[in-house]
Amino acid sequence: MAPYLFVGPAVLLLVAFGVVPILVAAGVSLTDLNIRGLGDPDRIEFVGLGNYLKLADDPAFWSALKVTAGFVVVGVPAIVVLSMAVALLLHQSGGRLARVLRSFYFMPAIMAVVAISLVWGYLLNTQFGLANHFLESIGLDPIPWLSSPGWAKVSVGLVAVWRATGLNIIIFLAALQGIPPEYLEAAAIDGANAWQRTVRIVIPLLRFATFFVTITTVINWLQFFDEPYVLTQGGPAGATTSISLYIFQQGFRQNQFGFASAGSLALFALIAVVTFIQLRVRRRQDDD
Amino acid sequence: MTTKGSRGLKALVNLALLGGAALTSLPFFLMVFAAVKPAQEAMTASLNILPKRVTFQYLGELFGKLDFGVYLRNTMIIVLISFLGLMFMAADGYGFAKFRFKGRGVLFGLALATMMIPAQVTMIPTYLILNRLHLTGTLVGIALPGLVGGFGVFLFRQFMATIPDELLDAARMDGADEWRVFWSVVLPVSRPILAVQGVLTFIGSWNSFLWPLVIANNQSDYTLSVGLALLNDQVAVNPSIQMSGAAVMVVPILVVFVVFQRHIVQGFVMSGLKS
Repeated sequence: MAPYLFVGPAVLLLVAFGVVPILVAAGVSLTDLNIRGLGDPDRIEFVGLGNYLKLADDPAFWSALKVTAGFVVVGVPAIVVLSMAVALLLHQSGGRLARVLRSFYFMPAIMAVVAISLVWGYLLNTQFGLANHFLESIGLDPIPWLSSPGWAKVSVGLVAVWRATGLNIIIFLAALQGIPPEYLEAAAIDGANAWQRTVRIVIPLLRFATFFVTITTVINWLQFFDEPYVLTQGGPAGATTSISLYIFQQGFRQNQFGFASAGSLALFALIAVVTFIQLRVRRRQDDD
Repeated sequence: MTTKGSRGLKALVNLALLGGAALTSLPFFLMVFAAVKPAQEAMTASLNILPKRVTFQYLGELFGKLDFGVYLRNTMIIVLISFLGLMFMAADGYGFAKFRFKGRGVLFGLALATMMIPAQVTMIPTYLILNRLHLTGTLVGIALPGLVGGFGVFLFRQFMATIPDELLDAARMDGADEWRVFWSVVLPVSRPILAVQGVLTFIGSWNSFLWPLVIANNQSDYTLSVGLALLNDQVAVNPSIQMSGAAVMVVPILVVFVVFQRHIVQGFVMSGLKS
């Protein structure tokens, strides 16, 4: 009996809030469940694949898909390269200074998203924000950070990159600590300089960490939600409405639970397919 | 390798790191200093982020005029509940690591599979489930969906698999029952992984925003993050009180992180990400 008592509570919770919701979502996505149906189950109607067809017909869904794809294409390389570069520099520096600075780089990762939105809102404020005041003081024009569609994309993307690097830097640092120093000493004796050692030995040895960071970063961008939700509410004119935000708005703002569930399952399928492709590519590379 | 070239390189590396750290942490310091600026000063464009005059008026207002005392209490209750979840994950990891039983492979696979499910997929059904259980509008309802996670279970299992069986058997021979073995042998040995998971649990539950926002109906159930979101419309009027509220949320987390940061890096090393 003992093992079941040990694993019981956690497994029960994982099933209740991980597995069951998927099944519920699948079921609800075939109905027209909304706020009225929530109060009176008799008013829920089975609509078959109607919600999915409606989804495919909704230009706002395709727009959200395009916005999300844009963030993935630009954001994934930005986060992977930036966090690897900082981790390499921190590792190279070593010592007490690097340990202290590590905390500074991690700071954004532990800040609550609401606090982030207020602080960045203040920083990017067009009347008295530090960012525009700085631009003006060096003779540049102020920027409509959150009010023009193009700049709003840049701003929420920037905040997301700023926030995501901390954890990935730590993951790369942990991987760097696992590289045997003998490898680098041997290369140094053979006359390889610091740059060559980094590019030819260290970065290839970080392959697994790089893969892990890439795959989680792709998933995170596909689920991109927090920054646009708190900074722009998806605006202006839907420029920063990601798929997740679109689903949330349909579900909790419009109370179209059935329709939103169809959207969330489409997102789940998308994430599963993208992750599967990445795993396949990685396996093929390992075989070579 | 203390040649002139490598010393020059080191100085360059440190300089780049310092610049990057300053830029990364700028929003944090902007927040802390604006929190103690008089509102008039905080609303004046200036490159000087340091306050000319320091006031704690807004910090006082949060707890006096506004209900931040209640929000803080609720947040701490959520954190406490989430530590119960930490114990569940530890027990779960132990069960999977050290026992052979029917259905083990399936259940562990199930636990891992939940990691791949995006929050937005489970959001609406979870709300419907909590609604059915009459847990919407309660602190338990806020904490429950995030109580255990597949990743935490996985890390605990990985760590506990390395505990030697002889250690457990010795305790059993001394007459300890299974709970005693877990409580007095396994948990103390697992301190490193408990530290990592404890810190991550603390940060996650303290900062959680979406569930408290969706589930809480009354102001008396609001957490710090929801209370802070209510200050959103103050930006043009009083950024100082916004920054004070943000600082109340961020500074305690920062202290916890700085105290435990070595454990966090070690935790990731242990979890096998180095290979």
